[in-house]
Amino acid sequence: MHARLEDLDQPPIIEVENLSVQFDNHLVLRDLSLIVPRGQTLAIIGESGCGKTVLLKTLIGLIQPSEGEARFEQQNLQQLSDRELTKQRTRFGFVFQNAALFDSMTVGQNIAFPLKQHTQKPLDEIREIVYALLAEVGLPDSIVWKKPAELSGGMRKRVGLARALALNPEVMLYDEPTTGLDPIVSDVINELMLRTRSKYPVTSIIVTHDMRTARKVADRVVMMYPFARLEEDEPQILFDGPPERLNDFPDRRVTQFVNGEAGERLMEMRQAAAG
Amino acid sequence: MSSGPVSKTNSPLPKGFFAGIEEGVVNWIADWGAVTLDFVQAVGELTLFTLRTFAWLFGRLPKRETLLPIFYQVGVMSLPVVALTGTFIGMVLAVQSYFQFHQLGLETRLGAVINMSLVRELGPVLAATMLAGRVGSAMAAELGTMRVTEQIDALSAMGANPIHHLVVPRFLACVMLIPALTIMADFMGFVGGFFYSDIILGIDKHHYLYNSQQFVGTWDVFTGIFKSFFFGATIALISCHRGFTCTPGAEGVGRAATAAFVYSFVFILIIDLVLGITLDSVYMTLWPDHRASF
Repeated sequence: MHARLEDLDQPPIIEVENLSVQFDNHLVLRDLSLIVPRGQTLAIIGESGCGKTVLLKTLIGLIQPSEGEARFEQQNLQQLSDRELTKQRTRFGFVFQNAALFDSMTVGQNIAFPLKQHTQKPLDEIREIVYALLAEVGLPDSIVWKKPAELSGGMRKRVGLARALALNPEVMLYDEPTTGLDPIVSDVINELMLRTRSKYPVTSIIVTHDMRTARKVADRVVMMYPFARLEEDEPQILFDGPPERLNDFPDRRVTQFVNGEAGERLMEMRQAAAG
Repeated sequence: MSSGPVSKTNSPLPKGFFAGIEEGVVNWIADWGAVTLDFVQAVGELTLFTLRTFAWLFGRLPKRETLLPIFYQVGVMSLPVVALTGTFIGMVLAVQSYFQFHQLGLETRLGAVINMSLVRELGPVLAATMLAGRVGSAMAAELGTMRVTEQIDALSAMGANPIHHLVVPRFLACVMLIPALTIMADFMGFVGGFFYSDIILGIDKHHYLYNSQQFVGTWDVFTGIFKSFFFGATIALISCHRGFTCTPGAEGVGRAATAAFVYSFVFILIIDLVLGITLDSVYMTLWPDHRASF
């Protein structure tokens, strides 16, 4: 465990209690509970559509739960005023799946955005911070004038990471940080996440289905399972523990995911499609 | 939808006849119920969206660097197309009205008809239509793409309110610049109508202008410009709302852009009628003696 001993005595930074999220008539998360201690790096794994990203967005109040609570430092995010929620969100850094850089702005303006928004720093200082952040994620200064559309997928992800780090967040939320990248760039992102954790005292939650990321970066892995495939009253979290325990876990659904085995899934899909 | 119990009678009508009618009626009621519910929900959502926009509007204004590019896009870039449309509408009005007026020997009254129609109705409605087509659809597509690519979520995640950052500047630009576009449409319509009447139709320019001056008053110009503020607000709110509620994919963005124009246009016409009636009533209340001025 990389969480420091002194942090473990503190109350958890994030708590999720009996959380359910429903869109129209479609239930995505059911009665989910999770506690994240300060300083921990947690990887949430699971197949597409199991609600990982929904959970991540609920933690920062972008999605409202239909039942239950998501708490940050014992504060229920749903009960905060707009102003207070805005203030709390500046303590998070969110790296989106496709970076979600603002198309209309240059790379420099993208990274400077949270600084201009929430600090009174003079322009010169903001410029210095932008260059330092670019150097931190291994991008050249010349990139500041480029538009996001001119960058490769890996570069966009790194700019997204630099932007998320701009306000020195206490919690980093990564939504599928390595999806769609080649193995080398994926590992660069893994290294950057490790480096961020060693340099800043952050708590990190990484939503991924890349087992290499989960094994390399995380202290703890939580595996979620699609609600529709669960038995009645079965918890949505199938596995919660250190990554080393993943391989010999007795639940076959966990090992099947970890080893990337389709099993009888194609047969099920074909049967479902046939009606 | 279930068909309900099948009636058992000794009627000469085919078996299941009443069940068929019952099912048809139930389906018809259900369809209309669904349409009504959707409509009420859409109106409710748009109302909440409007209230949230106003709440931010009266709070902190967006930064100058955010406002200027949007003002440029909405105002400056719309001028040529509004001017062109205005010119042609002025000329078309002259072409269409000339024959009837010529038969009555009232050609010089064309100036009054053309310019009255322009400043009261066509100028503001045309400027608004062009703005809805050029700017409204683009705003819905841009915000829709931002929604789909999580850029709106990214704004929220960075502690920046999307309504304050994206909707308020667009609302301000549309409301503040549409009067200028309306004046431009009015002016170019006047120029187009005058040019066609004078040069092509050979109408006496002195009487054309004199009649225009006699019949088109300040109130008429005011009416058109006053209405345009409401048109601008409608375009901005509907287009931004369509963008914010855009469904994923290229099709969703396309639909948002189309819906932004169609709904804006329908609302412009409804508001035009309601304001037209209201402003006429106001005029008659304020100046009862001027009732028969035209």
